[in-house]
Amino acid sequence: MINLMDNCCSKCTHSPATPCSNYVLCRTAGPFCHTDKGCEEKRKNHINNVRVPSGGNYQQIIVCGGTGCTSSGSARLVDSLKEAVNEAGLSDRVAVKRTGCHGFCENGPIVHIKPEGIFYTRVKPADARDIVNHLADGQIVERLVYRDAAGNSYPHFHEIPFYAGQTLILLTNCGHIDPEQISDYVAVGGYRSLVKVLQHMTPEQVIEEIQLSGLRGRGGAGFPTGKKWAAARRAAREIKYIICNADEGDPGAFMDRSLLEGDPHSVLEGMIIAGFAVGSHQGYIYCRAEYPLAIKRLKSAIQQARQWGLLGKNILNSGFDFDIDLKEGAGAFVCGEGTALQASIEGLRGMPRVKPPRSTEKGLWEKPTVLNNVETLANVPLIIQMGAEEYRKLGTEQSPGTKIFALSGSLVNPGLVEVPMGKTLREIIFGTGGGIRDGKAFKAVQLGGPSGGCLAEQHLDLPVDFDSLSSVGATIGSGGMVVMDEGACMVDVARFFLAFTQKESCGKCTPCREGTKRMLEILERMCRGEATLDDLADLERLCRVVKNTSLCGLGQACPNPVLSTLQYFREEYMAHIVEKRCPAGVCAELVRYRIDENLCRGCGLCLKNCPVQAIRGQRKQPHAIDDSRCIKCGVCLSKCKFKAVVRS
Amino acid sequence: MSDITCTINDKSVTVPRGTTILTAAAMLGIDIPTFCHDPELSRYGGCRICVVEVKGWGQLPASCVTEVREGMEVYTESEKVLEARRTILELLLANHPDDCLTCEKTGACRLQEYAYRYGVRKGAFPGACHAYPVEADNPFIMRDMNKCILCGKCVRVCSEVVGRSVIDFSFRGFHAKVATPLDSGLLNAGCVFCGSCVEVCPVGALTEKQRIGKGRPWELDSVTTTCPYCGVGCQINLLVKEGRVVGANAAGHGVNGRHLCVKGRYGHGFIHHPERLTNPLVRKNGQLHEVTWEEAIQEVVRRFGRIKQEYGGQAIGVLASARITNEENYLLNKLARLVLGTNHIDHCARL
Repeated sequence: MINLMDNCCSKCTHSPATPCSNYVLCRTAGPFCHTDKGCEEKRKNHINNVRVPSGGNYQQIIVCGGTGCTSSGSARLVDSLKEAVNEAGLSDRVAVKRTGCHGFCENGPIVHIKPEGIFYTRVKPADARDIVNHLADGQIVERLVYRDAAGNSYPHFHEIPFYAGQTLILLTNCGHIDPEQISDYVAVGGYRSLVKVLQHMTPEQVIEEIQLSGLRGRGGAGFPTGKKWAAARRAAREIKYIICNADEGDPGAFMDRSLLEGDPHSVLEGMIIAGFAVGSHQGYIYCRAEYPLAIKRLKSAIQQARQWGLLGKNILNSGFDFDIDLKEGAGAFVCGEGTALQASIEGLRGMPRVKPPRSTEKGLWEKPTVLNNVETLANVPLIIQMGAEEYRKLGTEQSPGTKIFALSGSLVNPGLVEVPMGKTLREIIFGTGGGIRDGKAFKAVQLGGPSGGCLAEQHLDLPVDFDSLSSVGATIGSGGMVVMDEGACMVDVARFFLAFTQKESCGKCTPCREGTKRMLEILERMCRGEATLDDLADLERLCRVVKNTSLCGLGQACPNPVLSTLQYFREEYMAHIVEKRCPAGVCAELVRYRIDENLCRGCGLCLKNCPVQAIRGQRKQPHAIDDSRCIKCGVCLSKCKFKAVVRS
Repeated sequence: MSDITCTINDKSVTVPRGTTILTAAAMLGIDIPTFCHDPELSRYGGCRICVVEVKGWGQLPASCVTEVREGMEVYTESEKVLEARRTILELLLANHPDDCLTCEKTGACRLQEYAYRYGVRKGAFPGACHAYPVEADNPFIMRDMNKCILCGKCVRVCSEVVGRSVIDFSFRGFHAKVATPLDSGLLNAGCVFCGSCVEVCPVGALTEKQRIGKGRPWELDSVTTTCPYCGVGCQINLLVKEGRVVGANAAGHGVNGRHLCVKGRYGHGFIHHPERLTNPLVRKNGQLHEVTWEEAIQEVVRRFGRIKQEYGGQAIGVLASARITNEENYLLNKLARLVLGTNHIDHCARL
């Protein structure tokens, strides 16, 4: 297959050394410099291959290649599908393509048939032949169609409730283009914003457009992106840097990973535009090493962008130079903090430094630096393309645009969703997310990872935007949303997050290093039923001091999970402290298992499965649990068929 | 550079732009406690003991790294500040050995001083405490990381002033500690044992092996003198207890400031050594005999005179010492060429 990016014939002279300013548009709407039906045809064919317009003969089997689907076997599925297509003799009009994440990870591996939009879930390699038969005869494979809990089936992609409530603008390419082919990105309109910026806009106009759009940083703090760029532009220094923060470390968050895996060029394009706007010629992507697929795709994207002259010297003959290097993180959560991230790129230990000076004055190697999150940068080409006015129609007045959330926890449909800012928690959790799994009741939602807060039922109608969430002690964070059902213990949840921040504290400042340790120890005592009311007072004082005196955002925000659970679930803390009871039955030391003699039939199943031989009893006689041996694993409860095992 | 006027504890002060709250407070005679701050080292802001309250600010900023702004209203001992400082001290003490009775640093320890100033005792937070082995596998420095409060001064002085960078932070969270690469010990890490880290350590984590048990800080007299080793002329304080030199540290002024080399800081064992030469000796009939300086010099003159007479001045070679000054070297050169009549003069070029 000829690459859309390659020169169509000898008349095309574009190369990184002899760049043509029309190059990108020429690839999709050209050729411009000469007239050749053959060359025009080549372009059209390619674009059709990517876009798969309806009405044609050509069909595509899209297989999700996100991390979730890959780990449930989508790579093998691609092979089986290709084989089946060949066997059926359809290879001339059916292509099998692996894309980025579709977001519906719970139901993976996902297969999407284009252009019909038929959507198959939980597909196994053994299903390949049936899917290919569908392409041959038009018969939908019913058993692979998505069904909700009520049994309704949704064969079409856009009908599935999970997608129906979403507004896909950032994720639109994820799941549609091949992330390892720059030509796919260009075919769907990629790099056009860069052309627009380089040919028709001044750096000041670009910054103004971003400022007008109201775009706010998606990394968590919500700082206005245009303002940041303007500050860096004002800094009168020759060398400036653009950094893409791809050190996504919040437990349960995978928005940035999916964007990088599914649409890496949109981030590169955003970075080049940022470079042009602030007057920088070098960018860095700081990506965590735990994202091998994202790193692989970024490497390939950078290499391809260089190969066709979209990165490097004199980009598209504009006279503007910009290049990007990739830096892999070494697995420290704190390196998501801007100054620690910069120290890490410089080869130092990733520890935050005191601000000011802000990075826009003195950042990487003491040069003015713009540090933006992956999702923020992916918004940039969109804003340039749509125009600020159009972009502002999405989202709220103070938080325009969409936000990608990683839904996880006790949901029917965990996964990746993109919704306009301002949607309520209820719409996201119960609409898109499908509500709570196993018919249980909603208890809390944890937003923004270890720096965020837990919100309760009374907040479900709160619009999700930067300002509404901060008014109730939570934060949008980077977009992790962990939903918990009635079975969750909020003291245990606070303990979990504190354990995380304590482990990830860099150790530089006393309150974070020592304070989180003591907070964690108090929470652990609570979970064991050993805490006193004095401990609670100490915990609240530590929260206050750690929040007020820590050096960086990690320390300042780490009491949030404790403060918010204390605010909204205080009675649970009191139950642990005063009554030595865990109402949710999660904290092992506070739970007791016993066997109801009237219900026990003496079947011996619990006895057989108990890993520590804590259950005694004769066959057909009621059994009993020896408390001194029991490790509270709960196996007996789950194995008993007669509901004789009771947890109290 | 324009000046900035602000108030600290309701007292007005005008300082140059870029002045930190800590410095501005010092100009008003207000003392703010610090562990990690050192005027000679880069701004760090890690220990947070120097936090202050600024009217209108949500957080309590660290005064050692926060520059004053026009109209700023700072309170250095408000209720909020005191709660934070006491809590930070409690946190540090919670993970610090209860060892003041025998600790070498007692009396010169900042942690002890501030615990006393703010009435903080150990015991507020029961829980885990470090149990690192004490590192003493070198002749000079004892590292007890259980006492370390991670102020990072040793790390910075080693990299910023001495230029060796043999220590840095390692590990994370509660387990963060200052260590040599791969925790391999100072000897393996290329440490030159200048002792600057010991000099800046505010607590008893870094102490001098030679001084263990040799005297409390308040028992020592300090005698300023010039280091007897090379010609640089570093100013040192000999620390004297009951007429005996028990250690030395930099005088804090002169060419060396607060820094010394391994010899200047630790090379004083010879002072009270039983084999130290205190009088000139002359060998007579194969035996060394104590003589007066007059007698000794006469002997040297006589013997050199004889060599010169018999074989000529060029038969004599002169080797100058690096311990002497330029001026003394110049005089030795004169002595060699004009008095002894030799061109053979060289310098040992080492200490």
